[in-house]
Amino acid sequence: MIAVLGLVIGVALGLLFEPTVPAGLQPYLPIAVVAALDAVFGAIRAYLDGRFDDKVFVVSFISNVLIAALIVFVGDQLGVGSQLSTGVIVVLGIRIFSNAAAIRRHLFHA
Amino acid sequence: MSAPWARAAMADRDPAPDTAKAWARVRHAFRARPSRGQWVVAALFLLLGFAAVTQVRSANDDQYTGMRRDELVTLLQTLDGADDRLTQQRSELAATQRSLQQDSERNQAAVEETRRAADALAILAGTVPVVGPGVVITVEDPDETVGASTLLNAIEELRDAGAESIQVNGVVRVVAQSYVTDSSNGVVRIDGREVKRPFVIEAIGDSHTLDQAVVFRGGLADQVEALGGEVNVEQTDALEVTALAEEREAEYARPAR
Repeated sequence: MIAVLGLVIGVALGLLFEPTVPAGLQPYLPIAVVAALDAVFGAIRAYLDGRFDDKVFVVSFISNVLIAALIVFVGDQLGVGSQLSTGVIVVLGIRIFSNAAAIRRHLFHA
Repeated sequence: MSAPWARAAMADRDPAPDTAKAWARVRHAFRARPSRGQWVVAALFLLLGFAAVTQVRSANDDQYTGMRRDELVTLLQTLDGADDRLTQQRSELAATQRSLQQDSERNQAAVEETRRAADALAILAGTVPVVGPGVVITVEDPDETVGASTLLNAIEELRDAGAESIQVNGVVRVVAQSYVTDSSNGVVRIDGREVKRPFVIEAIGDSHTLDQAVVFRGGLADQVEALGGEVNVEQTDALEVTALAEEREAEYARPAR
C-alpha cells in the first residue's frame, strides 16, 4: 500500500518540479529506470511467492541500477554504447516479461 | 493419479502456485500496517517514479538530448545528405525558373515584334485610323477640269515624297490597291466611290517634304493652275486620317516559298 503511495508521490514530485536530467546522467537514466522496473517486478513476484525480503529487494534494486549504468558506461567507453544498451534493455525486458508471467500465474492461475 | 510416484513427478515440475494464498498476500499488503521493509520499498518506489517521470519528460522535451554520439553523427549525416539533395533540387528549380523566364521574355519579344509588324501592315493596308504630322492639300477647280490622271499624279508625287497614309475628302483611304477613275459628267471616283469637289487630300509624312512635292515647278500646283484651278497646301503637326480601307484577303496571290 505504502509502496504504491511512494510511487504516486514520486510521479507527482517529478511532474511538480520538472527537473532536467544532468548531462552526465543522460545516457544512464533510461537504462537505470528499466533496471529498477526489473527489480520491482522481481520483488512483486517474490512477495507473491511468500519469500520477499526487503533487504534483498533494496540490494537488488540498487545493484540492478548500478550494473545497468556500468554496462552502458563501459559500452560508451568501448564505442559500442548503443548496442550494449540495446542488449541490456532486451535482457531486462525478457526478465520483466518472465516475472510478469509468474505474477500472472500466481494471481489468475493462468 | 494419487500414486506416490505421480506426486513426485508433479513436484519435480514447477508447482502450480496457490492463487488464493497469493490474493491473500495482496490483500495483506494493502491492509497491514506498513513494516520497516515497506517504508524502504516505498522510498525506492518514490525514487523510481521520480526518475521515470524525469526521463519521460526529458525524452519528450527534446528528442536529441538522450542520444549517443554516434547516433547524433548518423543523424547529422542524414541531415547533411538531405541538405545536399535539397540544395541541388533548389538549383535545378532555379535553372528551370531562369529558362522559363527567358522563354517568357522571348515570347514577349516575339509578341511585341508581331504587334509592331501588325501595326505597320495595318497602316499600309489602311485598316486603322492613324495620326501624325502631314499636309492638307485642297484642290479647287471651279471648271471641274481636274480629273483622275491629275489626282493620281498627285497621289504618286506624295508617295514619292514619303507619304505614309493618304485619304481623300476624309472618306476614301488611298492604299496599294486603290484606283482612280474618271466617270461620266466629270465625276471622279476612287475605289469606285465618288469624291466630290473640292478635293481635299490629306497625307501623313514629313510635312515639309510633302509640301515641296506639291509646289515644285511642274508639280501638282502648276498642273492644276494650268487647268484653271487652285491648290492650297497647309502643313500641320497633328493630322488625323480616319477613313478606313476595306480589309481584303488575297484571293489568288500566295506567298511563294
